Amino acid sequence: MNHPQPPETSLEPLAPGQRLPESDRKEFGPEALAEIQAIMAKYPDKLAATLPALHIAQREFGFISLAAMKAVARAIGIPEGHVFGVATFYTMYQKAPVGKYHFSVCTNISCALRGAAQLLEKVCEKTGVKPGAGPSPDGMWSVEEVECLAGCGVAPCVQVNHDVYDELVDEQKLIEVMEACKRGEYRPWAQ
Amino acid sequence: MVAIRTKPDHHTYTFPGFGSEKFPNLMLRGAGDLDNWHLKVYEQKHEGYVAMKAALKMEPVAVTEEVKASGIRGRGGAGFPAGLKWSFMPKDTADRKFTRYLVCNGDEGEPGTFKDRVILEYNPHQLIEGMIIGGWAMQCVTGYVYIRGEFLWLIEKLEVAIQQARDAGYLGKNILGTGWDFDILVHRGAGAYICGEETALLNSLEGRRGEPRVKPPFPAVKGAFGQPTTINNVETLAAVPPILRMGGAEYAKIGSPKNSGTRIFGVSGHVKRPGIYELPMGTPMNFLVEELCGGSSTGRKIKAIIPGGASCPMLDEKDFDVPMDFDNLKARGSMGGSGGLIVMDESVCMVQATLRLIRFYAHESCGQCTPCREGCNWLEMILHRIEHGQGRMEDLDLIASLTPRIGMRTLCPLGDAACGPMDSALQKFRHEFEHHITHRTCYATGSRLLSTVGAH
Repeated sequence: MNHPQPPETSLEPLAPGQRLPESDRKEFGPEALAEIQAIMAKYPDKLAATLPALHIAQREFGFISLAAMKAVARAIGIPEGHVFGVATFYTMYQKAPVGKYHFSVCTNISCALRGAAQLLEKVCEKTGVKPGAGPSPDGMWSVEEVECLAGCGVAPCVQVNHDVYDELVDEQKLIEVMEACKRGEYRPWAQ
Repeated sequence: MVAIRTKPDHHTYTFPGFGSEKFPNLMLRGAGDLDNWHLKVYEQKHEGYVAMKAALKMEPVAVTEEVKASGIRGRGGAGFPAGLKWSFMPKDTADRKFTRYLVCNGDEGEPGTFKDRVILEYNPHQLIEGMIIGGWAMQCVTGYVYIRGEFLWLIEKLEVAIQQARDAGYLGKNILGTGWDFDILVHRGAGAYICGEETALLNSLEGRRGEPRVKPPFPAVKGAFGQPTTINNVETLAAVPPILRMGGAEYAKIGSPKNSGTRIFGVSGHVKRPGIYELPMGTPMNFLVEELCGGSSTGRKIKAIIPGGASCPMLDEKDFDVPMDFDNLKARGSMGGSGGLIVMDESVCMVQATLRLIRFYAHESCGQCTPCREGCNWLEMILHRIEHGQGRMEDLDLIASLTPRIGMRTLCPLGDAACGPMDSALQKFRHEFEHHITHRTCYATGSRLLSTVGAH
């Protein structure tokens, strides 16, 4: 019941030998490829570049689609199945599109004791999206319920994209954070 | 452009008397000061890299002996003596057959634990120094720091700090003329609690799914990339420079017998001043909670405390005086864990609290072995129906029969970790579970822990 979300294309699995439609294929730019090559050179085994390369793919393509996984496999020169297995294991690789500002709300015990459940409801109400249900119609917001962010002493805490946590978030603070997002003070998701 | 934290930090790091003889400040020097992470500040203010220079003049074996003499026990959770762990590495350091690795575990994901981020935020050089000393003691070629993916800003900061150390000649080729090469690489995780387990961490480092490996072979024999590897927690490695600076025997005098040194405790939940406190091991729990943290923040009585991160069995009122070290907590039926205290007051429904914890374990189970994968999900389902007023009295017996079939029957301690809070809650607060079943509602109301949207 708690399995990671499958990638968006798995509703129509590819038959053996079938290729993704041209429009869905993804390829890394030369800079990203050079970055992945540099990472591969740092480790004794090129397989170790899988996780960093997936992070780069997420930055480049916005989320880890099946096409992005295939691009990673090609860039490193490892089986596509391995990349698929790794990408679906880790929750930070988003397998479906997210909004420009992605809210990760911790609802684990320490945060819950200080009102994280109520905060999550507030976040959903203000952004108009459900946790894990994709971005809002304008593509601005998405919300995810995550496990412990290691901000227990300053709970409840929220992470917007990959920025420094916002701590001790109450309703007032949440409005401030959302205003700051609208002003562009946070790094947008895919950058 | 390097991202440096610019937001104010709301943690409290100090208390009256901190830094004195009784409460030595070894790990949190300069915590709270956002400029403290620079190499220059660390060298000028905090005796930085003094211990490393001394260690590089010693024989590698002598360094390990010094750490052994300090008696420091691993701060990650299991409390295994760190010096002993180091000595498991292949002895023959002149033999070039092996490439030895040192791995630092910074995958801080245990609910209630938030100590490693403080070290990475304010004292990254203390960790780097500790890794260089550890690398020298075991003659490693590379140190990997595995940091959870959410800490992106800390990873960026640590990479700059490592570059500063490289520029100063403390990392790289022929360090300080010893002819020894060592470098540190930062590896970013991607959000999996299980990667805090050492062999799962190694798999993740190698670019695989974070599934724990079968032991033996232990990492000291066959670890990262098939080579001998030692894995230590961030806090353990950051404690090495103070040990070398003051000498192992002197360090062993701090704290309680067999549990030497200071430890960073993180207090969260219903207390007035939650935050990070560095205290000698063996400090009584009620001193920390009542005196330093100011007691209950809500005015209600404190009902239960989880003493070392979410995987430790809960303690109730009669055990609040326990001295916080590995042995004493074990004697009271709990664990030292990772030093994160979660304080719950009377308004917390223990069924909800346990359900929230078990949901975490069900979510984070890697799915490799059956008892944990199936058992945690079943525990969640049973608790879910009790919480929502559909429980039966037999469910309590079902839970009691289920936990011994998960604990100690899995490859890694995640299954045991789920059983700790479950068993203790059922044993100590059984009346709340029974009340839930007979009255179909919570025994304690006032703190709602579960949201009505999107239970994942």
